[in-house]
Amino acid sequence: MAVANAISDEGIVDVRDRTDIRRQAKLVSIFGLVLLALIAFYSRIDDFHIVYTLGERVIKDDPAKEINAQPIMIVGIVVAALALLLAAVNRVPKGALGALGYLLVGVAFFSGFIIWCYADQSGAFSVAIINPFPGTIRLATPLIFGAIAGCLCERAGVINIAIEGQFLMGAFFAAVASSMAYSAEMGLVGGILAGVAIAVLLGVFALRYQVNQVVLGVVLIALATGLTDFLLSQVPDDPDIKKYLNEPLILERVPISGLVNIPVIGPALFNQTILVYIMYASVVFVTLLLFQTTWGLRARSVGEHPKAADTVGIKVNRIRWQAVLLGGAFAGLGGAYFTVGSTGTFDSNASAGNGFIALAAVIMGRWNPVGATLASLLFGFCFTLQAQLAFLDKIPGELLRASPYLITVIAVAGSVGRVRPPAADGEPYQS
Amino acid sequence: MPVKLEIKGLTKKFGSFTANDHIDLTIEPGEIHCLLGENGAGKSTLMNMLYGLLDPTEGEILVDGEPVTFHSPSDAIAVGIGMVHQHFMLVPVFTVAENVMLGREQTSAPGVLSRTKASEFVHQLSERYGLQVDPSALVESLPVGAQQRVEILKALSNEAKVLILDEPTAVLTPQEIDELMDIMRSLKELGTSIIFITHKLREVRAVGDRISVIRRGKVVGTAPPTATEAELAEMMVGREVKLKVDKAPPKTGEVVLSVEGCTVVDPRGHQVVKDVSFEARAGEVLGIAGVQGNGQTELIKALLGLVRPDAGVIRLDGEDISRHGPRESLDDGIGYIPEDRSHDGYIGAFSVRENLILDLYRTDRFSRGPALRLDDIAANADHRIVEFDIRTESASTPVSSLSGGNQQKVVVAREFSRPLKVLVASQPTRGVDVGSIEFIHKRIISERDKGTAVIIVSTELDEIFALSDRIAVMYDGRIVDTVSPDIRREDIGLLMAGATPDKPEEVTV
Ligand SMILES: Nc1ncnc2c1ncn2[C@@H]1O[C@H](COP(=O)(O)OP(=O)(O)OP(=O)(O)O)[C@@H](O)[C@H]1O
Ligand SMILES: [Mg+2]
Repeated sequence: MAVANAISDEGIVDVRDRTDIRRQAKLVSIFGLVLLALIAFYSRIDDFHIVYTLGERVIKDDPAKEINAQPIMIVGIVVAALALLLAAVNRVPKGALGALGYLLVGVAFFSGFIIWCYADQSGAFSVAIINPFPGTIRLATPLIFGAIAGCLCERAGVINIAIEGQFLMGAFFAAVASSMAYSAEMGLVGGILAGVAIAVLLGVFALRYQVNQVVLGVVLIALATGLTDFLLSQVPDDPDIKKYLNEPLILERVPISGLVNIPVIGPALFNQTILVYIMYASVVFVTLLLFQTTWGLRARSVGEHPKAADTVGIKVNRIRWQAVLLGGAFAGLGGAYFTVGSTGTFDSNASAGNGFIALAAVIMGRWNPVGATLASLLFGFCFTLQAQLAFLDKIPGELLRASPYLITVIAVAGSVGRVRPPAADGEPYQS
Repeated sequence: MPVKLEIKGLTKKFGSFTANDHIDLTIEPGEIHCLLGENGAGKSTLMNMLYGLLDPTEGEILVDGEPVTFHSPSDAIAVGIGMVHQHFMLVPVFTVAENVMLGREQTSAPGVLSRTKASEFVHQLSERYGLQVDPSALVESLPVGAQQRVEILKALSNEAKVLILDEPTAVLTPQEIDELMDIMRSLKELGTSIIFITHKLREVRAVGDRISVIRRGKVVGTAPPTATEAELAEMMVGREVKLKVDKAPPKTGEVVLSVEGCTVVDPRGHQVVKDVSFEARAGEVLGIAGVQGNGQTELIKALLGLVRPDAGVIRLDGEDISRHGPRESLDDGIGYIPEDRSHDGYIGAFSVRENLILDLYRTDRFSRGPALRLDDIAANADHRIVEFDIRTESASTPVSSLSGGNQQKVVVAREFSRPLKVLVASQPTRGVDVGSIEFIHKRIISERDKGTAVIIVSTELDEIFALSDRIAVMYDGRIVDTVSPDIRREDIGLLMAGATPDKPEEVTV
């Protein structure tokens, strides 16, 4: 093909295409805003001394340390200014180097924000910055379980809005099972069974009777809310009976020796309950299952183009059933977090809307279990941070409480358009 | 072991409409049995029953004399039937290798996919059958011709004993068609029976052992492959068909559309259209020939405002329209018959009636303020259905349930429904039967004679030669030459393969 090469090498027209221009404009405005914000923070701080600890709380053996944050702040400003300069001359690198650059700017902005929040504390006692990561992992755990359940179902073409319902049922029956068996681990089994029970309803109505899956999901949530409230009201107050029904044992933390001593992330990742460790394994498992196995390829084909799957002999609805049931097990485990995984006793509406956040994580993570996990971690981080910043009065409490949800909305809206759900998501298939 | 397939009294009814009416057919082991028939005759319906996708209303299928019932395609696959579907059965977001292995996955350990093995497998298949595909390419990023090759490889990988090919050649290049026919012949040697559906009579005569003709759901006769094209066409349509368009020399007028230095960069940063300039005049047909994937698709999208050119100017009657979007382009009077009708041409779930006014619903003819004039829309549909001979159960049938050729006619009919300055038609007769090709070609020529500038993009040289007054040849994103239709086929073939007129000595193909 000498001819082809001879021709394709010549005659490339010199054009700067529009995506490139758009990228430059975007970067200049973002970096510019970051720089402005950092300068604003800097100018409003009088006393740059802040206190922090690497632990989860300040204890006697490990007192809070003090640091002068002014140099950090200046470094941050310099980083943002450099980035802006590069963007202005359109020299921001692409690929991994570029990503590192974005990360640096992000870290600079975030440090500036945190320093501004914690600086200038008057009074005898100052609130210390604590390690947010253990809390992040804990709060993200149910979200991650819910999100991988969502990924499984939707990749196979079944919309599962009912994650919240599966959470509630899972939470309730985990509490009951743990109380009855006097074993926190049995609580997990109870959670799984309850999650699968809702999944069975989802399967029967969505796959067998082809009910609209969004409406169905909403109905299932209503059902789960009503049912758990009703059952809770039937638990007698008599402590002798109640202890067999709603006084579950709570999972204990199992530090993994060695790893737990890694500073900052050690206590976050490796000083958790068995449920969190199951969560790590589940993310790996579902990712491998979807992308590296025969079943996963078939499940994804069923979610994208069920007729094509049918024509190569794949039983569309059988695969969908399997995905829905497996998803139910994970969602049930996520539900168990709200009782045996954290507080213990089941209260009305124990999952507090986390199922919906998990749905948002599915979308933000582009229907990919790893992406959804990262999104869940982001949400978990926001919740943790919000709880910590609530001690300071820099930001109005109402705004602070709304912020994780606000970030959810922005994140989901920001990713819509660029992401594509599985093509046959929510479409029933009749062979 | 070769298989004998018999069909006895097979009938399929969709509601009150009979798509197949007591069809009897025998496919002998190791024969290539061609099915001919007009659009909507019921060929695909019959094949879908053979493949377990549709349940017969009546009648039976016998495999080696034993009656069988197929509840789903897996039952048909189990007895050794393979099928290339008229509408691609490919998962767009999967790679070629993933699509080919789906259902019979290549594994490294039980249940664990092996993508290297799959790529290797596809690579071998494509070498063996001479159908070029890149195993790791995403199917959605491939042009339709390449998707068709994938679909054929997928069916071949199955080593089926009975292979159904439902219009596999509609989007292939002439060379690819020749290779496919060679493949069919060698499969036949191995004892595979093949059912081959096509609208191109030349192919039928080249490979067929027996030819059955279906009209309006009934087998109306069989013919030997020695029958002439005219005889076959008449059998299919039930009347004499002119296989060549009569056209007067063009009365060329002013320049209507002019393109200067048009360059398009695709999302991956490749320049797919490079500095293309040409003019189209009122009253002429400009043919754009070229092997698929040489920038024709993107050039047309730029003309229509579906992508914005990264450089260059497109002028319509002197006005710069390069920044216009599709709606403005339609309002400007550009008609468009897209290359991939199911993607850009119609909305499958909408009725024929609605699809016929997709670009006109806002005009006073079909709406009054926010309300649609339903009576006028219905009258328009009835008129078009008769005019373009669209075979549909009714005007309210969703387009997705029409036969492939009839879907194409819906698109063509719509584009001819408003006054045009420019008509851009990409593969206008893709999947259309000979009778309707005659009709569509006539309409295109009469549109030209009305003073419209017509641009025909086709990979099919027959069509280019039949219609064009001038032919521009595209290769690698550029127009390499513009020639008159008197050029010899071989010469244009060379241009399409990349020979530039100034340096013909470089051609080594
Ligand atoms: N699912 C369906 N519901 C209703 N009518 C249908 C359905 N499928 C096909 N038909 C009708 O059956 C008739 C035969 O269609 P079929 O697809 O078999 O035609 P064909 O011979 O393959 O034509 P072509 O050459 O255009 O592909 C058409 O009139 C079509 O409208
Ligand atoms: Mg057909």
